[in-house]
Amino acid sequence: MTDYTLAELAICAASEIFRDETPEVFATLIGTLPKLAGYIAKETFLPGMMMSDGVYYLASEPVPVGPRPDFETKREGRIGYERVFTIVAAGNRHAFVGPVQVDKYGQMNLSCIGDYKKPKVTMLGVRGLPGNTVNNRTSMFFASHNKRALVADEVSMVSGAGYNPARYPNGKYPIGLDHRQIITNLCVLDFEGPNHAIRVRSLHPGVTFEEVQENTGFELMRPDNIPTTADPTQAQLDIIAKYDPHNLRAYIFKDNPPGVREKAA
Amino acid sequence: MTNILDKRMSVAGIVASLEDGMTIGIGGWGARQKPMAIIREIVKSNLKDLTIVSYGGCDVGMLASAGKIKKLVFSFVTLDAIPLEAHFRRARSAGEFDVMEIDEGMFQLGLKAAAQRLDFLPCVAGLGTDVMTYNPDIKTIKSPYSDEHYVAMPALKLDVALCHVTEADQRGNSWIGGPDMFFDEWFCRAAKKSYLSCERIVETSAFNDDYKILRMPIERSRVAGVAEAEFGAHPTSNGPDYGFDVAHLKAYNATAKEGWEDYVSEFVGADNYTEKVGGAEHIRSLPLPAF
Repeated sequence: MTDYTLAELAICAASEIFRDETPEVFATLIGTLPKLAGYIAKETFLPGMMMSDGVYYLASEPVPVGPRPDFETKREGRIGYERVFTIVAAGNRHAFVGPVQVDKYGQMNLSCIGDYKKPKVTMLGVRGLPGNTVNNRTSMFFASHNKRALVADEVSMVSGAGYNPARYPNGKYPIGLDHRQIITNLCVLDFEGPNHAIRVRSLHPGVTFEEVQENTGFELMRPDNIPTTADPTQAQLDIIAKYDPHNLRAYIFKDNPPGVREKAA
Repeated sequence: MTNILDKRMSVAGIVASLEDGMTIGIGGWGARQKPMAIIREIVKSNLKDLTIVSYGGCDVGMLASAGKIKKLVFSFVTLDAIPLEAHFRRARSAGEFDVMEIDEGMFQLGLKAAAQRLDFLPCVAGLGTDVMTYNPDIKTIKSPYSDEHYVAMPALKLDVALCHVTEADQRGNSWIGGPDMFFDEWFCRAAKKSYLSCERIVETSAFNDDYKILRMPIERSRVAGVAEAEFGAHPTSNGPDYGFDVAHLKAYNATAKEGWEDYVSEFVGADNYTEKVGGAEHIRSLPLPAF
C-alpha cells in the first residue's frame, strides 16, 4: 500500500501510542489527528477504550470529526469537566495533546512565549497540562517539526511537566509522570533513551535521521537501526475515511503531502 | 418584614451591588454558559480593579478590553470554536493585568477549598512546571504520612460569583439546562454572595421534576439575587436553547485590533441587544457545540 498521504501515515503511526494501553483506558483526543488515531486503536486492537464526544458524553462508538448535523452520538455515559478533573489523578488516562513547544525533557508549553509579564506571544494558558502530565500517560503531536517547536534549552513557559529532576522536590519524579511518544510530520519519537532521553523511534518514508536532527533544537538519541514508519493498511485507511467524511485530514499538514516523499518530485 | 425568598432583581441591580476591587468568580467555561448580560453591564459600569476568576472565554476578553481587570486567575482563555481569544491575548501581552495562571484541576481545588473553609487542598498538579515558578505564593507541603510532596493549592475565596442558568425561581433555585454544569456550584460555594442570570424566571413548582432535579447543583441559600435575562449567555452557548454564535464571536475577536469602541457602542451599550445581534429566532437557531 503506497497510495496514501502523510496525514494518513501519521494517523496510523499515532494509533500505535495506544498499543500497550490498559484495556479500558480513558483516551483524551484533542484535534483531528489524535481523534482519528484513537479511533483506529479502538476499532482494531483496543475495543474497551473510553472516549468522549468532545462536549460532555462518553461515546460508545467514535464520533466523526467535523460537522455532523445528522449524526447522533451513541452515548454510554457522561464525562463532564468536573468528572474529568476528578479522575485525572487516578491515572488511568492517556492524553494525546498538541502543545506549541516541547524540549529535551518532554516539558511542554501552551501558555506564552517571551517575558512572562509581557509575553511576545500569548497562547491559550496552561489548561490541564500540569495535571495531565504528572498523572497520566502523555503523547504529543506536532504538525511542523522545527526548532521553534522542538526547542533548544527549556520551553518558554513550562506548562506540562517533564523529566527534569531539577524541577521536583527531592529530585523525584511524580508517580504518574509517563511520557510516551511524539508524532510529527517527519518521524515518531519516544522517551525510551537513557534517563527518558528522546529517541527516534521511526522515520517517515524518505526522511533521514540527519534531517530530523537538523530540525530539532536538542540532541536526539540515534538507535543503531531506525525502522521506517509502517505503511497504513487498507483496513486502517477505511477507518480513517469512515470517521473523516469531510477529509479534514487534508489540512493536518501544510499542502497535504503524499506519504512517500519521492512521489512529491 | 421583607420577603427573603423573593430574590428577583435586574441585571443592572446585580452590577450596582458590586464594588471596586472585588474578587469575582464567573461561571461557565470558555464560550459556554457565560453570564454575558451581566458582563456587558460591568463593561458599561464604572467598576474597576477587579480580580477575575474564570475558566475564561469572551467574559475575560471583554472585561480585559474594558480595562476592568487588575488580576486574572485562569487556566486558559478560549472561544472554543475559535481557539484563541484576541482581546485576552492583546491585554495579556501588553501586561495590562497581573495573572495567577494555574492548572484546570488546581483551579477547581481552589474553589473547593474555599467552599469548605480550608486554607488549601493538596494535589500533584503543578509540580515540575512554571506554575510554581510564577506563583511563588503557592507552596508545596510534605505529606504527614509519607515522603511525598504535594502542591498546597490555596483556597480561591471569592467576594461574588456570577453565573448564567436556564431557569431560576424567585427563591434562587436554579436549573442548568446545558449538558455540562461545569463548576458553577463551586463558584457559588466559594463566594460570599452569588448572583444568577437566567433565561426565564419560573414558578418553584417547575422544579418538581425528576429530570430537572439532577441538574440543579446550586444551593439557593448561596444565591443573593436572580435576574431574568433571556439570551443572557449570547454570544456564548446555553444548551439546550442555543449554541454559540461563531460569526458574532469572530467579529468580536477582530475588534481586539480595531473597533472595540464601536463594538461597545453597537452591542454592549444597546438597549435592544437581541435585535442588534440578529433577533430571537437567529439565536435559537444557533447549533449547539460539537467538537
